[in-house]
This record gives sequence, C-alpha cells and structure tokens, in this order.
Amino acid sequence: MGDTSFGDALTAPFWEGTAQRELRIQRCTACGAHQFYPRPFCLGCDADVIWVTARGTGVVYSRTTVRIPVTPALEPPYVVALVEIDEGPRLLTVLTDPDLAIGDRVRVSWRQRGNGPPLPVFSPVDGDGKSGD
Amino acid sequence: MSTPVYIAGVAETALGAVPDQTELAMVALAAREALAEAGLTLRDVDGVFVNYMGEEGSVQVAEYLGITPRYADSTDLGGAAFEAFVHHAMVAVAAGRVEVALIAHASRQRSRRGRSTMAVDDLSLWNQLDAPFGLPAPIGQYALIAARHLHQFGTTETQLAEIAVAARRWAALNPKAWVRDPLTVEDVLASRRIADPLKKLDCCLITDGGGALVVTTAARARDAAKRAIRVLGAGESHTHWHIAQMPDLTVSAGARSARDAFGMAGIVPADVDVLQPYDSFTITVLMALEDLGFCAKGEGGPFVEGGRLGPSGALPAMTSGGGLSYCHPGALGLLLLVEAVRQLRGEAGERQVPDARIAVAHGVGGFMSTASTVVLGRD
Repeated sequence: MGDTSFGDALTAPFWEGTAQRELRIQRCTACGAHQFYPRPFCLGCDADVIWVTARGTGVVYSRTTVRIPVTPALEPPYVVALVEIDEGPRLLTVLTDPDLAIGDRVRVSWRQRGNGPPLPVFSPVDGDGKSGD
Repeated sequence: MSTPVYIAGVAETALGAVPDQTELAMVALAAREALAEAGLTLRDVDGVFVNYMGEEGSVQVAEYLGITPRYADSTDLGGAAFEAFVHHAMVAVAAGRVEVALIAHASRQRSRRGRSTMAVDDLSLWNQLDAPFGLPAPIGQYALIAARHLHQFGTTETQLAEIAVAARRWAALNPKAWVRDPLTVEDVLASRRIADPLKKLDCCLITDGGGALVVTTAARARDAAKRAIRVLGAGESHTHWHIAQMPDLTVSAGARSARDAFGMAGIVPADVDVLQPYDSFTITVLMALEDLGFCAKGEGGPFVEGGRLGPSGALPAMTSGGGLSYCHPGALGLLLLVEAVRQLRGEAGERQVPDARIAVAHGVGGFMSTASTVVLGRD
C-alpha cells in the first residue's frame, strides 16, 4: 500500500489513488470527456488529459455470478460486474452484495489484497441495500 | 470486386481426440487433401495464412510444408481469423499478389488438456485491471454479454438453450460430430451453472481438430476436382480486448463485418440458404443473428424459438452440429467454412440443406471481440 511504483508509468496515478481510497480517472483538458483505462491523451479529441477523482458512484451495467474457482483471492460464488460510473467510463469490478442487479446504483468501496494496492469494488449506495435507479 | 475468387478445396483434420498426430502433421494432411480437391499440390501454394500455430505461425507452417510464400499472414483475430483470412486472401488473389492461398489450422487442445493460455506480462493492462477481479475468460465475458442481453431485451435462458438444442439436432445427422445423443432444452437448463446465465451446455466443446482451405483464381479453380465455390463477399472488424471497453455489450463487431460482406456480395439476410455462425457459446449465435440482420436487435430470443435454426427450420444454422456439438478445436472459424462449402456443393449427406446456393460463415473471436463474415455462393 502506498507503493507508487505499482502499475506502469501511465497507470501509476490510478494505483496511487486506490492506495488513498480514491477512484481516479482521466479527464480531457479540451473536451471534458472522462476516460478509463488511462491513455497518453484524449481518445475523443487528441488533447491532453489530467487525472481527477471520480465521484465513486455509478450503475451496474452487467453482472455475472461466477461459480467456478478462478483465483485464490476469491471463493466462488462471487459476483463480477461492469459498473458504469457517473462520469461515463465502465470498470470491471466485483460487487460486494450478491443481490445487486443490473441498473442498481452502487458506490465504490475498497478491497485490500496482499500483493498490491486496494482494488475498487462496488457496494450498494446506501450501504445496506439496493437503491434502484 | 470484379475479379472472381474461389474456394477450390476444403478438408478437415482428424477430429475429436487426436493422440497420434502433431498439429503440424494434422495441417499437412489436411492441406494435401484440400489441395487435391482443388486439383493442386503444395508446390502450387504461394500464400500461407495461419493462426494459433505458434510464434510466427505462417513461418513455422510454411517451413514444415516446404513452401516459400509470396504472401504470408499470421494475423491473430482469434477464432475469427479464418473468415478474415478468406477476406485477406480474396483481396490478395484479386490483386494478383497470390494465386494459390492456403489457410490452415490445427489444435490438440483436448489431448493437451486445456485451451491455449494467454501470454500476458505482469504489467499488462489485463493483469492490472481485469485479472484481480476473477472473471473466468472467456466464459465470464460472454456471461456479462448474455446477462446484459437478457436484462435489456427480455431474452430468456430457455431461448439460449434452444440454440444448443438446434446444434445437437444437426449433430445427430453428422457422423463426425463429437456428441450426437439427443438433447432437450430442459437438459441445457439443468446443466451446471458456470457464470450466470451461462451453463455448461451453453458452452462449446473442447476437442482436437482443424482443417485446411484453398483460395484461388477462377483459372486455377477450373482444374478443381470438386465444384469450386465463389467468394461473394467478406468483411471483418473488432471492437475491444478488455470487456469494459466494449462500446455496447449487445452489439458485436459482426454488425460491421456483415455490413461489408453482405454489401460486397449484394445480398440481404433473406438470400442466405445456410448459416454457419460461430457457436462458441449460445449467446454468440444469438448476437450474430441480430448483428447480421436475420432479425432486429433484441429479437434474437423469439427468433430462435420453435427450432428455426435446426433441421427443417426456416434458417438452417450450425449444420455440422457446430462448436456446441460437432467440434471446437479452440478456434472454430475454419470448420465453419468447410461446412459452408460442403453444403453449397451438395455433399453434406443426411444434413444437406436442399438446393443451398448462398452460405454465410461468420467467425467470432476473443471475448466477442473480433468478427469476420464470408458470403459464399454456388455459381
């Protein structure tokens, strides 16, 4: 944690953010579009980008319950999802609440791991159930 | 394209479980057989197109076969590479850069126990951003696509199961199919859940197999021992590598590849007599039916009901039994083309679609990442 050398040159700011429980994405200095994962410039208009901290909220775009073992870090069954954050980009992630459905509002939370900075996972916005949206 | 281009020979490798041949030997035997159909030999080949044959695949295969090509292509579009190779070969032959193009593939993933693994370096975006979340590749990506389709359009798991049942009914008519025993929708629904909504019987087989195919000029095709089949159109595209980057989980790259292929051929979906969609998973077929225009977006579920894709259905599809029941050697694209050609020649035996004149083979690769479409016609 706090290991600023994690990732590659372009993703390091993202991982520095997760170490501080911040979900960082890129924003274009010209057109204002957000993008993730990071690129050296805006894919929409070629202009320079800066790092910003996302609000950390979004909507479940799709989800699947994985019922086979894939990684020692996750005991099946668990839920892998695509979350579309409010700024626009989608993230592959894990949902902490198996009852979350497509369309539900979610908020980023953090999962510690032994071999790198915390991972952004997503939980119900109100912390105890589905908000729907 | 004004210069006519033909598929003049096709062959399967040994299929199913192949303990006694190397992949290169499988390719060599299939190449000889396909070239014999075309009235040609390995000495005539001046273009080599392969995928999944190791590092610098065309180089390894050409050396093994004693070919010094004028044109070589090892483009990795996953399972869609082979329809894309027909596209590339069509362009190269029409441009006069190649006369006899050999497309080939073989895999012993079953005998070797497991699909080919992806080589990824520790700092790849994949390892940083995808791997930690435990999505089993590739079924997890297809499951996310299927889940979104179910949510957005009301598609049901029963409708997906109909696709697996249609493939099995065709397989029952193909003596080379790996599994031929009867299958019901209930069987599919009761099979082991792997990544919701996909179950074991929504997934393709894991078998050995492969094939070879010869693309050539009208002049060379005139020597063919069997009827040469004209390449009427082709197209290819891809949309993403990481599933989070797929622009719309309900629209595949097939929308673009088919538009180019059908446009070039001057056909519409209603003209297609027999369809060979890439059936890696049931959802792959459902999306292809929509993206190729056989039905409107979102209507794939109702479209496949009532056995429409099966024997005696309105749209004969997966007529070999497909990847779901006939053979899936890691990459299915070449075998789709072999079956399409055999249907157009009228040599498909019990599973022959009567008077098939136009066939479409549609490859899909990666995580529904790549697509390539070939329209074939009997002159």
